[in-house]
Amino acid sequence: MALLEVEGVKKRYGGIQALASCVLSVEQGEIAGLIGPNGSGKTTLFNVVTGYEKVREGSVRLDGKVITNLSPDKIFNRGIGRTFQLTRIFGRLSVIENMLVAVQHERSWWGAAWRRAGSQGERKRATELLDFVGIAGLAGEPAANLSYGQRKLLELAYVLMSDPDVLLLDEPAGGVNPTLLNVIRERIRELNGQGRTFLVVEHNMEFVMGLCHRVTVMDHGSMLVSGRPEEVRSNPKVLDAYLGGVDDEDEETDDQHVLRR
Amino acid sequence: MLAALAIFPLVFTNPTVTTIAVFTLLFMASATAWNGFAGYSGYIALGHAAFFGTGAYVLAIVAQRLDVPGGSLMFALVPLAGLGAAVVAVPFGLIALRTRRHTFVVITIAVFFIFQLLAFNLSITQGSSGIQVASPNWAASTYNNPYYYVALGIVVFATVISWGLRRSVLGLQLLAIRDDEDRARGLGVPVGRAKLIAFVISAVPVGMCGAVYAYFLGQIFPQFAFNPLFDLSVALMSLFGGIGTLAGPLVGALLLESLQQYFTIQFSNGDLYLVIYGALFLAVLLWLPRGVLPTLGDLIRRLPKSGATGNSANAAVTTLSGNPEDGDPQAGPLAVAGGGVVGSRREY
Repeated sequence: MALLEVEGVKKRYGGIQALASCVLSVEQGEIAGLIGPNGSGKTTLFNVVTGYEKVREGSVRLDGKVITNLSPDKIFNRGIGRTFQLTRIFGRLSVIENMLVAVQHERSWWGAAWRRAGSQGERKRATELLDFVGIAGLAGEPAANLSYGQRKLLELAYVLMSDPDVLLLDEPAGGVNPTLLNVIRERIRELNGQGRTFLVVEHNMEFVMGLCHRVTVMDHGSMLVSGRPEEVRSNPKVLDAYLGGVDDEDEETDDQHVLRR
Repeated sequence: MLAALAIFPLVFTNPTVTTIAVFTLLFMASATAWNGFAGYSGYIALGHAAFFGTGAYVLAIVAQRLDVPGGSLMFALVPLAGLGAAVVAVPFGLIALRTRRHTFVVITIAVFFIFQLLAFNLSITQGSSGIQVASPNWAASTYNNPYYYVALGIVVFATVISWGLRRSVLGLQLLAIRDDEDRARGLGVPVGRAKLIAFVISAVPVGMCGAVYAYFLGQIFPQFAFNPLFDLSVALMSLFGGIGTLAGPLVGALLLESLQQYFTIQFSNGDLYLVIYGALFLAVLLWLPRGVLPTLGDLIRRLPKSGATGNSANAAVTTLSGNPEDGDPQAGPLAVAGGGVVGSRREY
């Protein structure tokens, strides 16, 4: 049984079918890649899995338990962490406070008002994780002062605070310089070595092909192919989805019609 | 500061002065409580007068029904008024907190006016004829003092809440909501619950202030107990002093309310302060968007160390205003307010 399973998920925005019977599974301990042209539904799928978008059809299961349409905070507490395409941090909080936000899910209603934020243990762990991504020196800085790359690292670090089973990374390499890209890649590998599962959306082919154990290609809201990086790279359907359809629009739509059925 | 406030009525015995002082304290407590919700979460609520009015009416109605005589016993109803405000804050919050930013501001104003309408039209509030509250027969020279100390107690209560909130799990949740609510949700923060709890907590001291106000004046009317200017005042006081800081609302209320009362008496023109308020609101948003205290704190920090006396005197201001932790020198309080009012943050 796969750790994360998406089955038959459909999502429509007005006339646009963003997700059409989407099927995806991520095995325990792997780094899965998700690629596809712009607008193929990758981020929408992320939003559905993490509870930011509700769906009427289809199901999302984590470790066999249905988590479809739960709210984002509940899904996070179940063990799915996520980073955003455009990094989102709490600009007016310090870096260390940003880290602590992820462990503030007090269960009782009034406990939150009494309990002090950030226990010794939580702060220690936050510092360790900041050290792990290499920005521990900035712990006291307001997060708004961080550079774009540092924000990416902070976002990765604070998602790790709650020790999630699966990490969904939306374009971790987007807009990042090559040196930092290597840092991010190494950190993902290291975490994966510790048994953490990843699902990565990325446009940087070199990054995806070099990092992922398995790559799934999406187009027009459904899965085109899934397989090892080298298989996917040479698959004609994939080349078609990325490059084709410029000259003969009709033929391409027909093709996809066939594929979807 | 507390010591100065504690001996104030012993030094200034003029009833005019102590009357101003009582009103000022009530606004200090209310602004601090308001800031505990709006300042931390970025949700600019303009309906807290509903809690003020509820508190006032709870005291007046209960005192009338139970025939409570004028005297110190009446103050026992003040916590009850706080509880009453908390009770009405639950449905109010459930409705208003479904929305965000501009919509939230408008909804809080609308719900507030529903409260005012109810006070005008329900039989229990006796409509526009208002309710009388029995007055105590204390000596005229020290008549204001009990009110003063009860109000001071509420100020301390509200400040302790605000301080505790800032350090609590809930406080961090609120600050995260202020900066990016959807991201906070995605990190396991139960945003709806956090906002509602903070909203209800912030209603309590405001309701208690309303009760003291009702008892102090001796009679209440819907348009004064549920006064839209109260909403604007507490928001302006917090913005002026420094929204989201602990001492900001205290200082803002201390300066603005005492000045307003003074001007009203000095120029015997009750509406002049409205003009001043409007102008001040604009000025603060334009030039001091983070409020007086944080700006002052920054100035002091930037000054070269000029001498021990200056520094120690200013240290208090810096620590009180100062939120080196949550303050961001670059992002202005327009951005603070932005979480609630002017921000145009992406959804996700």
